[in-house]
Amino acid sequence: MAWKVFLFVLMTLVCIAGITFPIVREPVTWYDFPLIPGLEENAKIIFFHVPTAWLATIAFLMATLYSIKYLRKKDLDDDVKAYTAAQIGMIFCVLATVTGSVWAKFAWGSFWNWDPRETSIFALLLIYGALFALRSAVDGDEKRATLSSVYSIIAFVTVPFFIFIMPRIMKGLHPGSADDTNAGPVVDFKMNQNMQVVFYLSLIAFTILYFWMWNVGYRSQIIKDKLQKQIN
Amino acid sequence: MKAAFALLKKDLASEVRTRYAINSLGMFIVVVVSVILFSIGDEKITDYLTGGLFWVVVFFTSMSGLSRAFVSEEERGTTLTLQLIARPESIYSGKFFFNVALIFSMNLIIALLFSFFFEMFIFKNILLFVCAFIIGNIGVAASSTIIAAIISKAGSKGTLYPVLAFPILLPLILTLIELTKQSMDGNSISESSVELAVLFCYDVVMVASAYLLFDFIWKD
Repeated sequence: MAWKVFLFVLMTLVCIAGITFPIVREPVTWYDFPLIPGLEENAKIIFFHVPTAWLATIAFLMATLYSIKYLRKKDLDDDVKAYTAAQIGMIFCVLATVTGSVWAKFAWGSFWNWDPRETSIFALLLIYGALFALRSAVDGDEKRATLSSVYSIIAFVTVPFFIFIMPRIMKGLHPGSADDTNAGPVVDFKMNQNMQVVFYLSLIAFTILYFWMWNVGYRSQIIKDKLQKQIN
Repeated sequence: MKAAFALLKKDLASEVRTRYAINSLGMFIVVVVSVILFSIGDEKITDYLTGGLFWVVVFFTSMSGLSRAFVSEEERGTTLTLQLIARPESIYSGKFFFNVALIFSMNLIIALLFSFFFEMFIFKNILLFVCAFIIGNIGVAASSTIIAAIISKAGSKGTLYPVLAFPILLPLILTLIELTKQSMDGNSISESSVELAVLFCYDVVMVASAYLLFDFIWKD
């Protein structure tokens, strides 16, 4: 119970701070955010866009870890955990795409530019979609669990190419791309102290929210499967 | 290893007998290239666009050709015999070698047709393109063999294959298109060493994970 209250307080804090704190040219008081050239008022969406993209990746990692665990132990509960992680990951992946697309419209002029990071989030969406398509095509619990586990592991080994290699060898608009003159992500050099605090609080809050959703999700799914078996 | 080559020999022999790939894939390539030619008409297209179109044709041809590897075994009901007589690793290797042979011959035909029909399909540094072509084809064969194994065990066979294979092949195809552009610009091999290294890493990672995971798909 205590951590639910903690999450509520944290989430409220992040929402209020992220939306209402003013962006000014010369920060004076503790709640003033600095003006980042090129981002201006758009900078605030970073508190919501980055955590969703981060969670989309974390969810995929969890799905892969539980897939490996399933292949080792052959416990169907692990498959349910991987599946639930992928379901929630899909939601956050869509959210990250939408928030990023809106941000791109105002910062770079169009909704979609095929920047390397946009390409990789698109590939992540496709992987999630393919995973669900595969699951719906296979009959039989164990076969479905094995095939989707194998597929999510194979898809996961391509992730380093998207996250670490593509953005660095291709030209892009996100910070940290091959032709970026600033060198390094926005977080390190452009945000001031209070902005960083809100940013990391937001990351923590969203991560806790994700684990809570995942926990409720897989437990209800396991109960549902059990009831289904009793009825049949 | 001996079993792998025996399997490759068996696949080649049945290929020579039925001529499935030679007939239908050859026609598929001709159809796709002529559709592209009709849609272009009299337009002059740039060299980068021809390079991109080349890999589009390669992608769709491998999508229609390489899925046969395991599906044909399932259709003829020979899966069980294979499971009895050979270890999973040698079965994967045999099918992988067959797919490598298939994709090399298909892509050579595509490349020849492209250089015949498109005057902009010219490389200033042909050696770089050949390197990318060889490493890239091995990568396509490696990942499509393991996806073909998944597909053969799943219910709906045809439509699911490109859906599953595209996200896996995407990093490979993006890098290959980049390398094709660079060889059209006449980059030297050392200038494009990073992209070649990416291709090589992809091949190694894919072959290794496919070997490890094939076991789980194959025995059920």
